[in-house]
Amino acid sequence: MTDLAQLVPYDEALSRYEPVIGLETHVELGTTTKMFCGCPTTFGLEPNSAVCPVCLGLPGSLPVANRAAIEYTIRIGLALNCSIATWCRFARKNYFYPDMPKDFQISQYDEPLCTDGWLDVVVDGTTFRVGIERVHLEEDTGKSLHMGGATGRIHGAEYSLVDYNRAGIPLVEVVTKPVTGTGAIAPDAARAYVTELRGLLRSLGVSDVRMEEGSLRNDVNVSLAPHGAAQWGTRTETKNVNSLRSVERAVRFEIERQAAVLDAGQKVVQETRHFHEDNGITTAGRSKEEAQDYRYFPEPDLVPVAPDRDWVEQIRASLPELPAARRIRLQAEWGLSDLDMTQLSNAGALDLVSETVTAGASAADARKWWLGELARHANETGTDLAALPITPAQVARVSALVRAGTINDKLARQVLDGVLAGQGEPDAIVEAQGLAIVSDEGALTEAVDAAIAANPDIADKVRDGKTAAVGALVGAVMKATRGRADASRARELILERLT
Amino acid sequence: MATGDAGTAGELTRLTAAQIAAAVAAGEVSAVEVTQAHLDRIVAVDPDVRAFLHVAGIGALAAAEDVDRKRAAGEPLGPLAGVPLALKDVLTTKDMPTTCGSKILQSWRPPYDATVTRRLRDAGIVILGKTNMDEFAMGSSTENSAFGPSHNPWDLGRIPGGSSGGSAAAVAAYEAPLGIGTDTGGSIRQPAAVCGIVGMKPTYGGSSRYGLVAFASSLDTPGPLARTVLDAALLHEAMSGHDPCDSTSVDAPVPPVVAAARHADVSGLRVGVVTEFSGGGSQGGVQARFTEAVELLESLGAKVVEVSCPHFTYALPAYYLIAPSECSSNLARFDAMRYGLRVGDDGTRSAEDVMSLTREAGFGPEVKRRIMLGTYALSSGYYDAYYGKAQQVRTLITQDFDAAFEQVDVLVSPTTPTTAFPLGERADDPMAMYLADLFTIPSDLAGNAAISVPCGLAPEDGLPVGLQIMAPALADDRTYRVGAAVEAALQQRWGGPLLAQAKELGETAGETR
Repeated sequence: MTDLAQLVPYDEALSRYEPVIGLETHVELGTTTKMFCGCPTTFGLEPNSAVCPVCLGLPGSLPVANRAAIEYTIRIGLALNCSIATWCRFARKNYFYPDMPKDFQISQYDEPLCTDGWLDVVVDGTTFRVGIERVHLEEDTGKSLHMGGATGRIHGAEYSLVDYNRAGIPLVEVVTKPVTGTGAIAPDAARAYVTELRGLLRSLGVSDVRMEEGSLRNDVNVSLAPHGAAQWGTRTETKNVNSLRSVERAVRFEIERQAAVLDAGQKVVQETRHFHEDNGITTAGRSKEEAQDYRYFPEPDLVPVAPDRDWVEQIRASLPELPAARRIRLQAEWGLSDLDMTQLSNAGALDLVSETVTAGASAADARKWWLGELARHANETGTDLAALPITPAQVARVSALVRAGTINDKLARQVLDGVLAGQGEPDAIVEAQGLAIVSDEGALTEAVDAAIAANPDIADKVRDGKTAAVGALVGAVMKATRGRADASRARELILERLT
Repeated sequence: MATGDAGTAGELTRLTAAQIAAAVAAGEVSAVEVTQAHLDRIVAVDPDVRAFLHVAGIGALAAAEDVDRKRAAGEPLGPLAGVPLALKDVLTTKDMPTTCGSKILQSWRPPYDATVTRRLRDAGIVILGKTNMDEFAMGSSTENSAFGPSHNPWDLGRIPGGSSGGSAAAVAAYEAPLGIGTDTGGSIRQPAAVCGIVGMKPTYGGSSRYGLVAFASSLDTPGPLARTVLDAALLHEAMSGHDPCDSTSVDAPVPPVVAAARHADVSGLRVGVVTEFSGGGSQGGVQARFTEAVELLESLGAKVVEVSCPHFTYALPAYYLIAPSECSSNLARFDAMRYGLRVGDDGTRSAEDVMSLTREAGFGPEVKRRIMLGTYALSSGYYDAYYGKAQQVRTLITQDFDAAFEQVDVLVSPTTPTTAFPLGERADDPMAMYLADLFTIPSDLAGNAAISVPCGLAPEDGLPVGLQIMAPALADDRTYRVGAAVEAALQQRWGGPLLAQAKELGETAGETR
């Protein structure tokens, strides 16, 4: 049911029901070569150019497991506090689909490489410990392009094309245990989890975690049960929710929709659902009754994986500083409150601020620009901060120009806008647009005198001690200099003359 | 030597691989002459035998010329350089079709060579063409080939065995001194036995599966077919060894099979007769020849004891769960999307419909039967009772072998319960057909080494009987040592090879077909 009129308003839904959420995250690993062959994993190559008999599943071809991919998976497992299997096998997941070269996917079934870990997630100052059920390794499928239809979906398409470059790229699936007790902040918790996981994966150097390129993809599970109920409700699984904002929206929508189903005395259908980016709703996909029987069995073409304990410990020892520890260190270094820090994390600005600080800006300035002007721009354009066309080094340069008095905050915004608009480096923009502050005392004095002469009434008020009125004169100076005057110096000069 | 000289060319096709290689190396005959003689033989007899699906005359002559040029230039030649070979059409070849005996791959040209194919070429072995087989290696008679059956050179009205029946028939009909087969449940040894030649299933993983179109991945093993034990050993050595492209390939030196084939001595060797396979289950003449072979081994100094392998009787049902399960997954890729047959793609049908129509039209009944059996056995709710249970049986069979090999060095049994049966006799009775592999399946399930060598003719039908010699994994050399001893003693008794007792094909051609 996706009749929007029948949705239960969010707060009302939460007043009656308790949500349980769960996430399955697919991550393309950043290994040089594919999971079972030597083809490159480079994104954006000519379709079907990075293929060979193995990743095309040609008759007679055989897979050979990529050691680096196994190492990356163990690295992820260790960072998520998981146990690493001493012996496990790949399994075949059998189903027919044109973008599956062998019509089975080499995956892991009941013997995942990593099990039973956790990841702490902070939402509004509260820490939730999200249990990790498993982390397993598999191969990605090819990519189907449905041509000639209006929606880009298979229904209504005239024909379909398949690009097998993606087929065989190593893919890790991180599955959470059911997350309970989040209540009304379930959507935020889901988003915070994906954000935290993404940051963790990035810090491990195992994936470029670009959601927009599909290297990190989420399936979102949601169920609702009346408060105090002994059992959880029936869950739905919303597939391919591929931005942080969408994760939040999908959870929210499912809560509103399932509440309406339950309110009407109906049962939530266990099914997979599709998320629609355009209007934020989910629609029904395959139900459990139609669900495929994947006929899993151990992959006979591969030998079992038995990671040597010494190797696992070497990997553990080589783990970098993880985001949670780093946050604690940076918070202390930057002298920020918990709330400030949470804000930075939630905005996905931590790395950006850190890199801006590294590039020479103060932590306060870096935070101000990323959470202020740049966050506003990201919101307006509907992109993530990190995806903005501006580098931390450029932000640091703008900050340095302000510190040096070359520009003021207001001009700095113009410079940032210029960088975002692709007009070049900050210095070049200042130069090209003549944005440098008028620091020539003579010119400024002239402007001040002109402003006083042009506004005798206001000047009188200031003379009478109404110093608040000085702002109007400063405004006149700024207008006359097209904003390039140093406002505080102008104020000083005006007050010198009138008091 | 003129290629039209039938007498001399005929003699060339009667030579063993070892003799041909020696003659080529010595410059007594050119590889091109040898190859042409075999191509001529194919032209003469293959219309009756139908061993080949594809004859690559031009490519074969070019490969032979290459060997001759190397010899002339004084470059080193491998021990089988210039020897022609018949390759089962289940191994990929980039210059020839690879059909697996199936309509679904009728038009497919692989873009790559199987590791075995490449090793043959590197060894200077001349690939004459691709041989017929039961579709996707599923069968024991070649009658499941989409392109019609091959015929047993001993009696063209009978099956040559299967699934490697084309390669076995080619070797037995002197169309090639060497053949490559693949063994999943007996597909090398059973055709070797019923064609009166030597066929060896190496230890699983001893020869690479890369480029072998999979039937059952955990069982498939490529191996040699030849008219002598030494020839089989020479080919075994040339085709084997670790392959980094096959994860299940054994990373160990190839067992010293050629040395073993030259060391035909069984004195002091402990030979176990498998109780479960030596009872009354076999045809009378098969049982008689087997008993004689055991007595022969004893007379040659071997210590013979009976050994019970109680779980071997469950091997056949376990095999018919494991092999179809793997096949149902392995054969899923034949979906018309990327290569091979495509049926029903008229612009109105969905991809799923085209897949379905293609598989319906492209697979034969036995392949469909096994895909359905395997799909069922792997289904949720049935997995533990079928596939899971079969894997437990497999472990028990391996344990039977382990226990047996603590008492004896090799185990022996008849290779097949019967001699070659008439074409068509079991075509409509899958269970009867499956029984042809009763004695060969245990070694496949355990992954160890087993050979079939000729041990005489069954008196009641005058058709060849095979002796199976089984050894532990990686002890492939033992089977050659015993096989060579049996071969030497029997050939002395017969006054020549068993095949010499077969009627000339020219005499029988046309009589039974």
